[in-house]
This record gives sequence, structure tokens and C-alpha cells, in this order.
Amino acid sequence: MVTTVEPVAKLVEAFNKLPGIGPKSAQRLTYYLLGRPEEEAKALAEAILALKEKIRLCSVCFNITDCDPCRICQDRERDHAKICVVERPSDIPPLERTGKYNGVYHVLHGPISPAQGIGPGELKAKEFLSRLQDGSVTEVILATNPNLEGETTAMYLRRIILPLGIRITRLARGLPFGADLEYADDMTLSQALEDRQEF
Amino acid sequence: MGAPRSYQTQAIIIKQIKLGEVDKILTIYTPEFGKLKVVAKGTCRPGSKLGGNVEPLTYSLLMLARGRNLDIVTQSQTIDGFLVLKSDLWRMACGLYVLELIDSFTLENNENHPLFDLLLDTLHRLCQGDNSETVLHYFELHLLDYLGYRPQLHRCVGCNSPIKPVVNFFSSSQGGILCSHCSQKESDSRPLSVGALKILRLWQSCDYATARRVKVGTELRSELEQVMLGYIKYLLQREVKSIAWLEELKKESIVDNNCGRD
Repeated sequence: MVTTVEPVAKLVEAFNKLPGIGPKSAQRLTYYLLGRPEEEAKALAEAILALKEKIRLCSVCFNITDCDPCRICQDRERDHAKICVVERPSDIPPLERTGKYNGVYHVLHGPISPAQGIGPGELKAKEFLSRLQDGSVTEVILATNPNLEGETTAMYLRRIILPLGIRITRLARGLPFGADLEYADDMTLSQALEDRQEF
Repeated sequence: MGAPRSYQTQAIIIKQIKLGEVDKILTIYTPEFGKLKVVAKGTCRPGSKLGGNVEPLTYSLLMLARGRNLDIVTQSQTIDGFLVLKSDLWRMACGLYVLELIDSFTLENNENHPLFDLLLDTLHRLCQGDNSETVLHYFELHLLDYLGYRPQLHRCVGCNSPIKPVVNFFSSSQGGILCSHCSQKESDSRPLSVGALKILRLWQSCDYATARRVKVGTELRSELEQVMLGYIKYLLQREVKSIAWLEELKKESIVDNNCGRD
């Protein structure tokens, strides 16, 4: 039987639980850390702890944040009459990187997934609807993923926002940059044709 | 000579789950091999050549390469994307329910050509805007038939006597109708009106063109729904997850006028 020192075995086990890390990688990471200075290990441990201690959900948009409301919701320069609805917190950074959007966000924390039994009740959909009640919002941008679950979510949200008379838009769908026309699927191609623009 | 390293098949995409960063494991239903699990690589990338062709609720032509564990999709082309279905919340929910039943009731690598045809026809019927309840119940009854769970609707499953035209009982555990005498021994049986029994018998034995002409009243509708769902739940020994979503849409009256309940 292989005997390992307990702290090493514990850390290997902890790393092994992370996604994409198997027992060999877990061992490699552990022995790597063993060979590093103490400060480095401490910094890593503190960063992990801070993640759980300081990060929470913004009470307005439900994005992950270390201050409440989050920096985007607090920013007066941004257009609070526009709300972009996304599925996950990780969808916000790529939208921000474009530098084209100056409104605020709402994170649903997942799409509606009938096959997994996830309905609007399990998402932050009610909270989103209550954000729209004061009449200050003029446009809702539905930025859920362009797949079956994302479409279901977008169609559902559209149905419940429609009576409020707010402008509803959906991120354009079409051919991605670098794509090949002959490999495009029917749904994308028909959408790209319908939404073609003056050039 | 061994089996060829690659093969081509038609497939209806039933389900997909993420595998790593950009790959997906697809559950597909094919006419030649029944249900299969295959890997579609790189489908989460925006420029993926497989992308939209392997989304659930799509009928595609796939080229597959034999892999060590799971076969790998190398090329794909959409035959029918069921775009009408995907642009309507209610019909899409019905389509997802159909896919979940296929996934739950079938085993991998079990060829069932009639079931593939039934699945394809059902998705087309939902696209055409036929009454969704008729389409779904017709699908359920014939799915059970093709898989060996055909409910006995003509004779009592307890005493084998012919069924009289009075209120009888449906027993999920016995898989059919019980006469009033036998039903007393079965605590899980539920009453079934003469009208509901007649419709079930007709739908079980007729072709779809006849089935769609049957007009069903509101009361009979909910009776049929409860009987069918009760039987399906009993056979699966669990809830059908997508039913919750159909119920949610019904509650919020998001039911397509052409497709729904008149």
C-alpha cells in the first residue's frame, strides 16, 4: 500500500474534486506547491478564502460582486433604462469587452431547461420582472444563448415583458466571423437572411 | 475485414450535455441503431461547423467516426430544423416532452425503425399546427405499443372478461382496464369513463389521419391526460421532467391557439 503524508493526500484529494483535474494532475499541482515558497501558498489560500467570504450576488442585477450593489449597478454614467439579460455572470465580461454597451445587466443564473426540470421559478426571473415595474426601463435586450434552452428562455421572457409595453430586443443571430457559408445550419442561415442589413 | 471506420446515419438529436470546454455529448435517435451517445467536438465555439446541426430537436444527416468509447461526429447536415416548432414556446415544449419520453423509454443500440418514424412524424405534426394534445396522446399510445407496454383496453386485466360500457377503472400497475369488480382489489386504479375508453381504443388502433378528426371535450381531455401520465409515470418510476414546463405554460395560458386546446 502506498503511504502518503496526510496534508499532501488531503490537498491531492481537494484538487481532484476540481473540474478537469484528474488524480495525476492533482498530485502534480500538490508537489509543485510543496516546492514553492510559503508566501505563494498563503496567497493562494487567501485568494480561495476571499472568493467565498467576499463574493456575493448583487441585490439588483444578481451578478457576482464584492460590493452591493455591484460596480455596474452603482455607475451613474451607465444607462439604467437599458437592461441586458444574460444567463450567467460569465456572459457579462465578453459583452463588456466589446465596449459597445453602456446599459446595465440582469443575470438569470441559468436558462429555462425543461429537460432538467428547471423552470422560471428556479431562475432570477421574478426578480427581473419586479425591476421593470417602476416604468424607468425603456429597453430590454435578451442576450440568452442562441441555443434551444436560451431561445426558450428568451421567448418566455418576451411573453411576460410584452404587456408592460417595454421595447424588447434580442441579440442578432447570424454568421459568426471566420465562418464558412456552406457549413452554416438552416436556423442560422435563415436568421442571417431575414436580418440582412444595408451594406 | 472489420467494421468500416466511419458511417453515415440520419438522426434526431434528443439531448446534449457539455463535455469539457467546447465539446458536447449528444444523445441521438437513429433509424438503424436506435438511441446512441456520440461526441460532437468543438460545438460550443461560435464558428463550429457542426453547431446548429446538432442542437436538440433537429433532424440531421451525420457522418460518424468510430471512437474508442463513443463515436465522433465528423460532418453534419440539417435535413429538417423544425424551425416552426422552435419559434413557438408551446410547441417547442411539446417537442421537448416527446424527446424526453424517447430518451427515457429507450435503451442504447436497440434498433426500432417504427419508433423512429413515429418520432419524426410526431415532430412534423407539431410543426403543422395540429391539436397538440391529440398529437401527444397518439404519440404516447403508439410509443408504448412499439416498446411492449401497450395497455389492454378490451378485456379486464384482472378476470379477462369483456369490458362493459360503464365506468371502468384503469390500473397502471396491471397495464390496462379493470372491471368494477376487479378494481376493488387494486388500490391504485382510477375510474375511466366510457368516452375516454372509446377514444383510447380508437387512438390505439387507428391511423393518425383518423385520430386527428376526433373532437375531445374539456373534461375528457383532462381525464385522458391523467390516465396517460399516470401510466407513463408508473412505467418510468419517476416524474417526467418536462411536464412541469408544460404545466407552467398552461398555467400562464401560453398555449398556441392553433395547436392547443381550442
